[in-house]
Amino acid sequence: MAGYSGKFLRINLSTGQIDQENLDIELAMKFIGGRGLAAYLLAQEIEPETEPLGPANKIIFATGPLTGSQAPTGGRYMVVTKSPLTGTIASSNSGGFWGTELKRAGYDLIIVEGKSDKPCYIYINDNTVQIKDAKKYWGKLVSETTDLLLQETGDSKARVLTIGPAGEKLALLACVMNDKYRAAGRSGVGAVMGSKGLKAIVVRGTGKLSSARDDETKKVLTNIRKKIRENDVTGKGLPTYGTSVLVNLINESGIYPTNNFQGAYFETADKTSGETLADKYLVKNVACFGCPIACGRYSRVDDVEGEGPEYETVWAYGADCGVDDLVAIIKANKWCNEYGLDTISAGATIACAMEMYEKGVIDSDEIDGPALKFGSGEAIVEWTRKMGAGEGFGAKLALGSYRLAEEYGVPELSMSVKKLELPAYDPRGVQGHGLQYATSNRGGCHVRGYMIAPEILGLPEKLDPSSIEGKAVWVKTFQDLTAVIDSLGLCLFTSFALGPDDYKDMFNAIVGQDWTTEALLEAGERIWNIERMFNLKAGISPEEDKLPRRLLTEPIPKGPCKGHVHRLPELLPEYYKERGWNEQGLPTEAKLIQLDIA
Amino acid sequence: MVVEVKLFATFREGRFNERELELPEESSLSDLLKYLKIPEKDAKIIIVNGLATSVEHKLSNHDVIAIFPPIAGG
Repeated sequence: MAGYSGKFLRINLSTGQIDQENLDIELAMKFIGGRGLAAYLLAQEIEPETEPLGPANKIIFATGPLTGSQAPTGGRYMVVTKSPLTGTIASSNSGGFWGTELKRAGYDLIIVEGKSDKPCYIYINDNTVQIKDAKKYWGKLVSETTDLLLQETGDSKARVLTIGPAGEKLALLACVMNDKYRAAGRSGVGAVMGSKGLKAIVVRGTGKLSSARDDETKKVLTNIRKKIRENDVTGKGLPTYGTSVLVNLINESGIYPTNNFQGAYFETADKTSGETLADKYLVKNVACFGCPIACGRYSRVDDVEGEGPEYETVWAYGADCGVDDLVAIIKANKWCNEYGLDTISAGATIACAMEMYEKGVIDSDEIDGPALKFGSGEAIVEWTRKMGAGEGFGAKLALGSYRLAEEYGVPELSMSVKKLELPAYDPRGVQGHGLQYATSNRGGCHVRGYMIAPEILGLPEKLDPSSIEGKAVWVKTFQDLTAVIDSLGLCLFTSFALGPDDYKDMFNAIVGQDWTTEALLEAGERIWNIERMFNLKAGISPEEDKLPRRLLTEPIPKGPCKGHVHRLPELLPEYYKERGWNEQGLPTEAKLIQLDIA
Repeated sequence: MVVEVKLFATFREGRFNERELELPEESSLSDLLKYLKIPEKDAKIIIVNGLATSVEHKLSNHDVIAIFPPIAGG
């Protein structure tokens, strides 16, 4: 069936068993694919209480029905597992070319089970699937591993997904990297690969992907491409300056967290902005598979070069650590890419450590590296390297800010939700976005419902960021739509130019269906609830739908949002109601029956 | 009156990053955009003293004005 390969791989690393199984297409469509289907499968196949780094956990690499299609940005895939960082479901998204290659090889997804007793990698060459020895790659950085695996397999057109040393050492901030520079970044998914002894998955696929309705697809995609091209953001803003063009806007809006969220305005933000990056260090723009936007940046400074840094990275290592040295940020970003670390959580954890150090919670005698002082470029670069290598105090940092702060008796200094570090927007000045942080199924995350779009960017319409009125409905709608886009296999950035009807049109034309927009959004809601139910069964109670105390009780001290705090207690009941959950935040039986997941 | 104007992204090209400007009393944002030769339709986000506002907004002495073209990221 067009859109779905109809097959998936089940690979057990304990036994070496490799099975090719048929995909139940009806079931796949119920959850769309990608993030949604993988969430359902994970919930079916593991006990929610499973130890995330034990052999009973599974890790799923899943494409969506539009991954590898001609739909613009259709190159994305998801890594779904139980997170060792948060204990919630993890679903980390990445672009590049690896997802498309997996689809071309003939598989919608891969389920990896068990644990290898020695380092291994998986090599998929269309129908030939092998588990191979990876001893000589264990310990190597991401770029070198990628180059060596391409050499060993002898196919320069193959695509490589790998972990770096951080994942091997079970750093809870470890990510999965593909195509050298693209990251399934959040929730510690790289540590799950490491716990299974799985260094990499190399894929080569030569199949052709078709659409169900050629004429309709051509017509729909012509219209979609026109919308993306002619949209001011996707056609001009993002291609010209990349994601870090946001630095100045978010700062001028007074919601740019500084010094571990102690402030929300960074006087020298412009020194780290997308404009400065373009002016001084940009080599070229980079695009993922099938992407007309090309927001990626390839930068060079001294002998360090590679993709990035993105907006979130610039913030985490920049303002959040009080650093306005873009060269140091580029170098820290490079270490994250090479060791395989989530740039948001890694930078934010250093910021947390800096506050603990400056407040005397961490003593200078305890650390075996540069002083953890806000503003230190040297500190962000060296501590990132030590986190990646698991050296000394760096190994402690690599477990994330929550565990660090909790160990020292100051958990309130971890700016995280459900133990996942918050990203680059201070929720005290954007009420809807804060509600989304608190209720995200994977913890402190901005890409489960990007409320910055309406509250700051005015997309699709401008909302007052300081108001709470109507925000619960917006958050629910954005969360459900985001689940749809993730599950289709498209990039969230398309949503700056497209609306729900556009995703429905692409899905119908390529897969050959006649869904309504309402049905597609209901599938998004189904996905959201499946993830919520997994978390509840895993012991993540609704009491975890919260924000760090600082953001609820300490007003922003200066700048445009001076005096603001987040009003979560007023927003949460309305959100639960909009979701059709009870007052305690539990999905009702009626809601689960309505969504056909009772 | 004197206002501080900050320009971002493509608006900097051929203009400036940040500058103090003297404007006639009662000037509006619309007047400022005309002075800067920025078409109103291109100035998608305008922030005055930290608050997003529209082109009809009347300016006051010492206002800090940040003007952005359509941008996004994440």
